[in-house]
Amino acid sequence: MSAGSKTGRRSWGARAVVLTPYLWLAIFFLAPFAIVLKISLSQTAIAQPPYVPVLDLAGGLAGLKDFAAHLSPDAYALLAYDSLYLFSYFKSLEVAAISTAILLAVGYPIAYGISRCPRRLQPVLVMLVILPFWTSFLIRIYAWINILQRDGLLNDVLLMLRIVDQPVAWLSSDTAIYIGMVYSYLPFMVLPLYATLEKMDETLLEAAADLGCTRRKAFWLVTLPLSLPGVAAGTLLCFIPIVGEFVIPDLLGGSDSSMIGQTLWTEFFSNRDWPAASAIAVALLGLLLVPIMLYERMQKRQLEGTR
Amino acid sequence: MADGGEATQERTAEAGPTLLRFEAVGKRFGAVTAVDALTLDISDGEFFALLGPSGCGKTTLLRLLAGFEDLSDGRILLDGEDIVAVPPHRRPVNMMFQSYALFPHLNVEQNIAFGLRQEKVSHAETADRVAEMLALVRLQGYGGRRVDRLSGGQRQRVALARALIKRPRVLLLDEPMAALDKKLRAETQLELMELQRKLGTTFVIVTHDQEEAMIVADRIAVMNQGRLMQVARPAEIYERPNSRWIADFIGEVTLVEGRIGEGGIIESALGRLRVTADSGSKPGDSVALALRPEKLRMSKERPAAVELNALPGTVFEIRYRGDMSIYKVRLADRSLMKVTLANTGARDKAAFGVDDLVWLSWPPEAGVVLTQ
Repeated sequence: MSAGSKTGRRSWGARAVVLTPYLWLAIFFLAPFAIVLKISLSQTAIAQPPYVPVLDLAGGLAGLKDFAAHLSPDAYALLAYDSLYLFSYFKSLEVAAISTAILLAVGYPIAYGISRCPRRLQPVLVMLVILPFWTSFLIRIYAWINILQRDGLLNDVLLMLRIVDQPVAWLSSDTAIYIGMVYSYLPFMVLPLYATLEKMDETLLEAAADLGCTRRKAFWLVTLPLSLPGVAAGTLLCFIPIVGEFVIPDLLGGSDSSMIGQTLWTEFFSNRDWPAASAIAVALLGLLLVPIMLYERMQKRQLEGTR
Repeated sequence: MADGGEATQERTAEAGPTLLRFEAVGKRFGAVTAVDALTLDISDGEFFALLGPSGCGKTTLLRLLAGFEDLSDGRILLDGEDIVAVPPHRRPVNMMFQSYALFPHLNVEQNIAFGLRQEKVSHAETADRVAEMLALVRLQGYGGRRVDRLSGGQRQRVALARALIKRPRVLLLDEPMAALDKKLRAETQLELMELQRKLGTTFVIVTHDQEEAMIVADRIAVMNQGRLMQVARPAEIYERPNSRWIADFIGEVTLVEGRIGEGGIIESALGRLRVTADSGSKPGDSVALALRPEKLRMSKERPAAVELNALPGTVFEIRYRGDMSIYKVRLADRSLMKVTLANTGARDKAAFGVDDLVWLSWPPEAGVVLTQ
């Protein structure tokens, strides 16, 4: 009864709680995005900042009109016109897709294994998965350069075991990129998978056994379908950042092809073409919006299902 | 509903030869003994209840039968064959889980068909048998429904259908009605009995609800601390408990401690009480006389009949229960004795009040002499 009268007039504190995330998003996502969008519609210029037009609020309404008249989608035309960009996007999607597939293949057994361990061991194992985060990401990638280089640890071991008789050129190859990606993103795959597998009801597996399933069959018929939300979450959590990854391909990959993150970096820092770099970023966001929205829709459907 | 009692009699008569045999079955979890050298036979076609307080080992016994736990000692025989080494997915028994354990990613039909799918039964036959099961549990038209869109009672029936579709030799029911409200539980008990009679399948139910066990089962095994305390028909367990523990666990009872005297007499702190001599106890044995509260009579005057046991006391407490009232009467030795009286009189007009002087009486055959 009293709840009905309360909902009409929320207290100031309650409103602040609801508004905080929106405010956060507005300041730290929406405002920067608006700036990037604006730059992407500008032209390069040898100036400071290196593009025109520059928004000058002192010019009043006329200045604003003049500013709007000088905006142009030229940078986007460049993206469509030069196959370099398209190739970069494609390369990024390819690397992200293959890396995510490997991550799933490696991460699922790890997550499943942890969830089957005795309860008191599980927090320790989860901790071990997160442990690498305690060291700087950049340092860990440099460590991989050390491991993968011609006279690095990996070649030493392979030569010692006589698996190869010539040092293998691991570095500056796609293989090195995949090793780096899988290594760096594994926790993002394992944790959501573990979260779904860990809360699965054991009696469902007993029920499956009771109804004639072997353990292996029960996994395919019960465990796997019920862990699909975790698979989706892990896949997106890895796929999306990998598409835009810059450090790993730049340090471990070769120079023959670049991922979109590297292309963006080149445009921004080497070519000083801020509008092109911004256009790449905006287009990338548009590209990644598709899987994000698919995921949102799936989550919504799931939420409705459990209600 | 009215012929429930007759049905029980009928089914007892039909119960066939021994189907299940537990031979000195033991199960230990570390230092804890859950089931202790238990031997028990269950007949073909019987509705058998395992009853006991929580932690008595009844659920462990059921899980041993289903194959979810490994035995520590002994054997379990089904149709004379040792099934201990048979993995759960090959045992001809099916379980209805307390939580129902329905697969949330499958609909009603797919849940029920799950067991047949593992047997490589043809699609046509599967469809037929699923339809038959849906009709049996009165869920026609719900086949395509998601299981999380069902009510508790409907889920319970899906779980039942899913276990029965495999035509098990034994259906195991683990607290099948624990999640249902009281009224639905009463209906479901009757449905379950009817279903069992129709199918002739052996049902083994685990319950902590003695009323439920009494209603549905042909025979009840009462367990405590991993051991069988008594295995008998419901009426026998209630009327002829074999120990103080059983008498106290099943229903309400007042236990009067004493010693057997000469000629059908128990010497107690309440005086000499007449009993019908049986149970092979010798004079001098220390025994307990178990008195059910509904078998006692209460009156303001001392009853005239001399063969009755009669004790004076004062009413200490009255608990009104609607159809009846429970009286606690303080006797000469300061002990309390429970009496229940049906509230047959007019509204608001109790025959007895607190602190009234009353006489409690009962015929010698109303009490049970317990030696254990």
